[in-house]
Amino acid sequence: MTSPDAHVVIVGAGHAGGTLAALLRQYGHEGQVTLLGEEPIPPYQRPPLSKAWLKGEADAESLALKPLEFYAGARIDFRPSVRAVRIDRERKVLALSDGAELAWDILVLATGARPIRLPIPGADLDGVLELRTAADAEALKAALGPGRTMAVVGGGYIGLEAAASARALGADAIVLEREPRILARVAGEVLSGFFRTLHEGHGVRFLTGASVTGFRGDGGKVTGVELADGRVIDCDLALVGVGAVPNQELAQEAGLAVNRGVVVDLEARTSDPAIFAIGDVALRPMPIYGRDFRMESVPNALEQAKQAACAITGRPAPAGETPWQWSDQYDVKLQIAGYNFDSDQTLVRGDPASGRFAIFHLRGDQVQAVEAINAPPEFMMGRQLIGSRRPVDKQRLADPSVSMKEVAAA
Amino acid sequence: MAKITYIQHDGTEHVHDGKTGLSVMEVAVKNNVPGIDADCGGACACATCHVYVDADWLGRTGDKSAMEESMLDFAEGVEPNSRLACQIKITDALDGLVVRLPESQH
Repeated sequence: MTSPDAHVVIVGAGHAGGTLAALLRQYGHEGQVTLLGEEPIPPYQRPPLSKAWLKGEADAESLALKPLEFYAGARIDFRPSVRAVRIDRERKVLALSDGAELAWDILVLATGARPIRLPIPGADLDGVLELRTAADAEALKAALGPGRTMAVVGGGYIGLEAAASARALGADAIVLEREPRILARVAGEVLSGFFRTLHEGHGVRFLTGASVTGFRGDGGKVTGVELADGRVIDCDLALVGVGAVPNQELAQEAGLAVNRGVVVDLEARTSDPAIFAIGDVALRPMPIYGRDFRMESVPNALEQAKQAACAITGRPAPAGETPWQWSDQYDVKLQIAGYNFDSDQTLVRGDPASGRFAIFHLRGDQVQAVEAINAPPEFMMGRQLIGSRRPVDKQRLADPSVSMKEVAAA
Repeated sequence: MAKITYIQHDGTEHVHDGKTGLSVMEVAVKNNVPGIDADCGGACACATCHVYVDADWLGRTGDKSAMEESMLDFAEGVEPNSRLACQIKITDALDGLVVRLPESQH
């Protein structure tokens, strides 16, 4: 436990950093808390940017984690539009982009991840967009509208969610995916197939095995996407969603252990005991899989904010969690529990054609991960089974007439 | 606008004004009420905003959707007056609403 009057400086005001600041006060930390954000606005929820917000169903106020006045009221010194440029671990001082220096007792890196930018011709044209921040989302929303055509480079969740929102706004969407199927890196074949069919039913077009080699423009504005086979896909805007990389440079330059993410333990502590790292930037242990990995999800940001807040305030560590995430597309709610590591069998419970089913990934008779489509019981019980590592009866699991409660009780 | 009282498992009360249109979860989160994590931000995907609605108010907080019903079915410590706070929209008629937070969420 650290001194109750320690100055905690949080670098990064995303979901992880914003949550940690609030939790420190909830958990009774008395010392100074400073929250540094690169963006001009206080912490907000990113998931709706590709969903409800993009469709105009949520406003800026509802996106904010807390109203701006909360921070002053909770004695949190929230500083927008400023970046940390260097960590001096000897002097425990942080150099900021505005030239100021900030002394800290505890430093927390919540610097997140950034979208990968394609190093191809035309990537800097107007209308070639990415989606990470509220400002990105504003630009995307302004470019979308009835009759517009959006090319989506990368068939991952962000691209698919944006495509669904584009259709709701009356725009056309065409998804260009390098792999033979969409969601290739993050989902199994059954789920990929289900989502492709779902989107095609809503008028989204797909080109798989399509390697993007450049963007075409006219007068500085994008007009098309060039493919390796010579084809050009006409578009009014192009959204690039091909993954993200951790913002770990600050940690790396300070000599902290990094390995495609800032290496932390289960308290979210880095190789320097006075420095923590949380959220998308952290490479963390996940005991149920006996692995360390980096997760880009809100539930992980919240969990690690809790781990760090507990460690800083001397509370017992939170109970081990089962990672999960979700996605909304059209009227489909996807809930995923766990990560599909080392599975040797895939089992589908229910009929995908019914629009309500779940895909279980098993290793022996243990559940490694579940992808549940409009199927909360499968998600909720599946999540518990992943966490408990309890063996399951696969025959009963595959039989939708046996309830999930009965499956778990067996 | 409605005044909402949140009672933590240890009895601590938090009273906050909720703007019409926000959810009971959003008002709690924006005011840093402990015990309502709301991991999914209101997408009805996580069941971490589970509350018990005081009996007097049950008739006024609306019906549960099939999704909410299903999520609650698997949450811890569920009672007949359990709701997910993200699914209760604030109206003037809810002025004075009292909700209690379960033990598992603190």
